Amino acid sequence: MKRSWLALALGASLGSTGMQAQDVRIDVPYTQFVLPNGLNVILHQDHTTPTVSVNVWYHVGSAREKPGRTGFAHLFEHIMFEGSGHVAEGNFDQWLEAAGGNNNGSTANDRTDYWEDVPRNALELALFLESDRMGYLLQSMSPAKVDGQRDVVKNERRQSYENQPYGMASIALSENLYPANHPYHWPTIGYMDDLTAASYQDVVGFFKSYYGPNNASLAIAGDIDPAKTRVLVEKWFGDVPPGQPVAVQPTPAAVLAEEKRVVMEDRVQLPRLYMAWLTPGLLQPGDAEMDVLANVLGGGKNSRLYQRLVYDLQIAQDVSAFQLSSELGSAFRITATARPGHTLSELEQEIQEELDRIKRQPPSARELGRAVNQYEAGFLDQMEQVGGFGGKADQLNHYYTYTGNPDYFNEDLSRYQALDPADVTAMAARFLRDDARVVLSVVPQGKPELQAQKRKTSQ
Amino acid sequence: MRISWSIALAAATAITVAVPLAGQEPPDRSRPPQLGPTPELKLPPIQRFTLSNGLAVVLLEKHQVPLVQVNVMVQAGAVMDPPAKSGLAAMTAAMLDEGAGKRNALELADAIEFLGATLSAGAGQHTSLIALHTPLSKLDSAIGLLADVTLRPTFAAEELERQRKERLTTFTQWRDRPSSIASVIFSRTLYGTSHPYGAQAVGDPSSVAALTVADLRDFHQARFHPGNATLIVVGDVTTAGIRPKLEAAFGQWLGAATGKPSLPEPKQVATRQVFLVDKPGAAQSEIRIGRIGVPRLTEDYSPLIVMNTILGGSFTSRLNQNLRETHGYTYGAFSAFDFRPAAGPFIASAAVQTDVTDKALSEFMKEIKGITDSVSAQEVTRAKNYLALQFPSEFQSVSSIATRLGDVVAYGLPDDYFNTYVRRVMQVTRAEVERVAKKYIDPQRIAIIVVGDRSKVEPGVRALKLGELRTLTVDDVLGKALALP
Repeated sequence: MKRSWLALALGASLGSTGMQAQDVRIDVPYTQFVLPNGLNVILHQDHTTPTVSVNVWYHVGSAREKPGRTGFAHLFEHIMFEGSGHVAEGNFDQWLEAAGGNNNGSTANDRTDYWEDVPRNALELALFLESDRMGYLLQSMSPAKVDGQRDVVKNERRQSYENQPYGMASIALSENLYPANHPYHWPTIGYMDDLTAASYQDVVGFFKSYYGPNNASLAIAGDIDPAKTRVLVEKWFGDVPPGQPVAVQPTPAAVLAEEKRVVMEDRVQLPRLYMAWLTPGLLQPGDAEMDVLANVLGGGKNSRLYQRLVYDLQIAQDVSAFQLSSELGSAFRITATARPGHTLSELEQEIQEELDRIKRQPPSARELGRAVNQYEAGFLDQMEQVGGFGGKADQLNHYYTYTGNPDYFNEDLSRYQALDPADVTAMAARFLRDDARVVLSVVPQGKPELQAQKRKTSQ
Repeated sequence: MRISWSIALAAATAITVAVPLAGQEPPDRSRPPQLGPTPELKLPPIQRFTLSNGLAVVLLEKHQVPLVQVNVMVQAGAVMDPPAKSGLAAMTAAMLDEGAGKRNALELADAIEFLGATLSAGAGQHTSLIALHTPLSKLDSAIGLLADVTLRPTFAAEELERQRKERLTTFTQWRDRPSSIASVIFSRTLYGTSHPYGAQAVGDPSSVAALTVADLRDFHQARFHPGNATLIVVGDVTTAGIRPKLEAAFGQWLGAATGKPSLPEPKQVATRQVFLVDKPGAAQSEIRIGRIGVPRLTEDYSPLIVMNTILGGSFTSRLNQNLRETHGYTYGAFSAFDFRPAAGPFIASAAVQTDVTDKALSEFMKEIKGITDSVSAQEVTRAKNYLALQFPSEFQSVSSIATRLGDVVAYGLPDDYFNTYVRRVMQVTRAEVERVAKKYIDPQRIAIIVVGDRSKVEPGVRALKLGELRTLTVDDVLGKALALP
């Protein structure tokens, strides 16, 4: 029905060999304005269902934490749901549920996002709740609220990290990839002692430093009338006082000038190998190449590592490759779990041979086309949901926060469509260095001898 | 990166007009804004037709995004696994895309991925589902691959061996995961070994080790018939447009319906029992509390989902408020009725920190008892609104709509089911909620599973005197571990 927002010019035929650049275009029309208090606002209409998503991004995450207070940005996110100046504790969720709404939030290194997906008649309720905690959170803050969510967050850490097999590996990887003074050194979930130390005063300071409207962006996507919605946004957010200006964070360089080999014991049956490198940041030159490289190495049965380790040799239970893109720099990760009877040293050797190969020889046109076609289809999928994590409202804020252009969908996709196989190999050779990486072996408890043994070959 | 941020702000400011707000009255924050009239979901009608071979097609048009979902639902589930061949339906489904038609496993995966499509196959307790998600522009090629996978799987011996190794390794890895251990012992405790729901759909190490290519072929031949299947189509298509494509791809598929097996009536949990599985060093205890519920087509369905929303089906539910928000014992506590053709389980669950396992169990039992005492009018209203008013938002993506249509097909629900869902939920009364709570929740006849560090939690759990306490090892639940290097 309303196809106007989605301009498509699809390639004519499916060639049997490497077909690329199908000219899929994705456009998400929006209106944008900035309130005098600095709040950026993005509105997008989608009348598919009578649903509206209200989405707020604060440009602050665990990278802004101070030593001794790791995990605080995430703990703060939890506290944001516990009531504000005109919303008693518990009412945030009770009122939204009674209106048929869902809500959630998440914290990453660089940003914190919040959303309420509501029937369109509850749009104003969501705006009231978001504006109240943006403007008046501290009026109802108390040490007891901090304590309550401190326990919840500690249990989130136990559930999602400590009690998960291999759950502590990602923490060890970041600690070894980044120097101690780099803000990506510590985990977003934080350390237990730091969670214990977090205080009511920390909440006050963090809110005043980072939660002003001038450090936020509000995106509203769904079954809305933009003109009426703008009036409602001005009504509810107009009285939110501006916060302090947020200064650019001085970021120490992340340099890894050696191969670090690390061993970690865990309550697991099978040893698992992780390899990690520092790579270009989100949307920076090289970032798209690393995404495609991850697909060529680990995406699907025909990917080089999966086919070799899991399909042909059957020495691994699983293998994956992933570019974890973040604002201040990214990490590229390969993960493989050894099958019973096989060792991490075997896995590492096979992976190394594939790394050596992709650094010398570009992927085939078919491999690149397969990856790009999957990205194109993924962008279409993103057009379906207005709300939730990764829905259109969330994406508009994502692109606005990192590029200044909410409708960066097409530019983002074009990065992949423009790639040449040689680009992928060039970036692999540049960033996936043997002498600048972390090799982490997670082994069953009491069996450190199962770690991957460094090859004694000269290069 | 901070540079692009500064540019961003400047650019955004340049294209907008700041609104003069001086003099505007601040909004009234003394109470939440009134909600306007509730919007209604107006879905296009469900379209039904049959192909020349009798294969039923259910179709819902959705034209906002050029995507199509085509799900093949086949009456072929784990409850049809022969004795000692537990996991056969699941393995058959898993092998469908490991080579089909003229393509081997790698060629098939390459063809699907090159289209930008995804194709998955799996089996649950009652049905197998082969799900295709594709850009509209690739629909023709994708449907051909879907038909190959459904009708012409190769079942190559070497691919079965590979799948078998992978599955057996997965069983080994379950030992690491307290939630997996809890799921296995929970089903077995409720349903025993003589009811199919007592087993895992993927089978167990000894049954999977024994599966043969002939088993898979036989199961596929016996079950994968157009008379046992339905095509569910959602997306940017019309009946007129897609019907010839489906006819060409599936019209030659032959075979009649083979009927559904009758399941034994599961025996309700007779007393309150506690099963403590030792997982040394665990940072949390996985708690599962439950009993046998009720079949999906019960007349009590609507009051039951409202009752469960109050007990543990939403963030503000009693279990989550108590165990998470009030006590901080857990990251989240939940409950659910797992609705199936026969009576599936009712389950309440949480992962709680080890040193409060006994206290958490007490609070669980308090809430499970409490829901059978009374509910407030306010709780009932909130739960009904939550269920009914968010319902339209579940119709945004072709895959989620197809999943919803799957329920209509599997349970023979009427075609106006979606359009009348809101009314049915809103008609539920407080008295009905209290009635079904008393009828289906019985705190005296309930199984309690705890997977955690026995040395730390057993004394406290024992002191609660909840019922007979049996201690188990991981080996008792999952069998002996493989000898590992």
